[in-house]
Amino acid sequence: MRGSEDQTRLPRRRERCRQGGTSGQGMTPLRVITTGLILSGVLIGIALISLSLGPAKISLREVLTWVAGYKSVDQTAWMILFKIRLPRILLAGLVGFTLSIGGVVFQALLRNPLAEPFILGVSSGAAVGAIIGIALGLGFGLGVPLLSFMGALFTILLVMGISSRHGGLESSTLLLTGVIVNAFFTAVIMFFITTTGDSRLHSMLFWLYGDLSQSRYAHLSIGLPVILIVSGILYVFSRHLNLIVGGEESALQMGVEVELLKWISFLGISLITGMVISFSGIIGFVGLIVPHLMRMLLGPDHRLLIPASALGGAVFLIAADTLARIILSPSELPVGVVTAFLGAPFFIYLLKQRGSQWTQG
Amino acid sequence: MDSGLSLRGVYFSYDDQWCLEGIDFDLKRGEIVGMIGPNGSGKSTLLKVMDGLLKIQKGEILLLNKPMSSYRRGDVARQIAMVPQETTFRFPFSVFEVVLMGRFPHSGLFPFEGKEDLEIAHQSMRLTGTLDLARRSIHELSGGEKQRVLIARALTQRAQIILLDEPTSFLDIRHKVEIFELIASLTQTQGLSVIIVSHDISLAAQYCHRMLLLNRGSVYKIGEPSEVITADTISTVYQCPVLVDKNPISKTPRVTVLSRRGENKKEMV
Repeated sequence: MRGSEDQTRLPRRRERCRQGGTSGQGMTPLRVITTGLILSGVLIGIALISLSLGPAKISLREVLTWVAGYKSVDQTAWMILFKIRLPRILLAGLVGFTLSIGGVVFQALLRNPLAEPFILGVSSGAAVGAIIGIALGLGFGLGVPLLSFMGALFTILLVMGISSRHGGLESSTLLLTGVIVNAFFTAVIMFFITTTGDSRLHSMLFWLYGDLSQSRYAHLSIGLPVILIVSGILYVFSRHLNLIVGGEESALQMGVEVELLKWISFLGISLITGMVISFSGIIGFVGLIVPHLMRMLLGPDHRLLIPASALGGAVFLIAADTLARIILSPSELPVGVVTAFLGAPFFIYLLKQRGSQWTQG
Repeated sequence: MDSGLSLRGVYFSYDDQWCLEGIDFDLKRGEIVGMIGPNGSGKSTLLKVMDGLLKIQKGEILLLNKPMSSYRRGDVARQIAMVPQETTFRFPFSVFEVVLMGRFPHSGLFPFEGKEDLEIAHQSMRLTGTLDLARRSIHELSGGEKQRVLIARALTQRAQIILLDEPTSFLDIRHKVEIFELIASLTQTQGLSVIIVSHDISLAAQYCHRMLLLNRGSVYKIGEPSEVITADTISTVYQCPVLVDKNPISKTPRVTVLSRRGENKKEMV
């Protein structure tokens, strides 16, 4: 009896492992569009709910009628919705969007499930820039983001320059260089933190854990076009990324320009990652968790995974930032605390479930 | 008949020492060539050179009467497919998705497969007996199943030439035989030409039309299995005493390694 029970259980479990992963039809534009529309719906929903939440009581009904343009709200509510909450929600969405794409692409290119967009040291370079900016007393509108972005750019060029050999980028060299550069810049950051005593210290610590309270529409209008263009370019190569997951050499054999793709992707991702964190500070775990979650739900095909992770990342970060705003209301948590709080246990669960696959070969 | 791949006086080096020296070789249509030779004799390098993945320093490689260097990568991939020794997919693609990847060299800018691509993938899976595995994750397969799937991917590339780099080295005897049987039937029914690197000389001899014995980057001997596999050539090239007799069933050469330990055992009996 037991034998037959085992036999029936085994295939069912396999089926469960693969759920959502494959259809016998291959990937179709229809599937990508449908998934995109569903996730966009969720995104809009979460954004509206987030608009209605906060220390000042504005009901979801009021928000909906305001957004739909039926009824205007009073001056104070308008200020809160349009000047404070909306830009913050939009920026949270944009940051989550970008970091998740970065995670997906880096995990594929480095063939490493632990990769995330900060792995090459972009975040620590951006942090040094931002912290110098804060120490100098620059503003969060222009000065700090600018220095931070310059720090990020400098780091990417440094890491890629050191790792490049005969025009090629070898993944493990790249990772090691990233780790070393990270360690060095962390020391620089600690130096600045220990020599700063006043209220600037609070700003620095918040920045290091992700702070979306400084959102401006100006940031969005600079970030959005750049991010959309870079993501669009990367999406063209989504099929190439599928092949790379099966090994660089066999991808090369089938006609993927592996080295060129690496240069474009590492530069592109680092550029947009550096840009968003210069606005938001370092928000960890988004770029690591969201790609894994989406891969579990939708399978590993990058033609679906890239857009799904982008939208999923936006949803996740808006939700996390809303929690960061309201948990200790009226005071706030850095959003990175929330993402780490949710992300770390989820990742441990994932490691228990999937770890054996990641350590193969 | 000619398969369209020929090498004329090919030299290749990674640094200052020749890895391949003066290789001449023509692959005939519908034949299976077994490439053998000791570790480090240049088998994998020669395979990559034949596939145009490594740029040669001297000599020429012709693919359909045109020099290999005049081809774009994707065009080569429509003529030649490669099955590596081991392939690890980091994320759990399904078997069907993996096989469908073989259509990559045939696709344009639009990043989705069409109906024809799906049909070709299905056909390749039918030919390799992997249709039942279609929805399974590549991670769940055994070594033998995975190699069959990768051969299906190579077929989906619709290449006339398939190069296999030790596809059986991690397989047990039953699965080794299955891979060779599959290759033999594909060359017969599909008119493919195959070069297979193998360390199992006796088994390869049963299936290959010709054997190519490589030694220190040069062709030591090439020809029918019975010409190439003799006690003299094998023990010289591998520097290991062997006995070569005939397989009683297939009449192909059979290699037995002579170990000192074996001698002792005989005495003990």
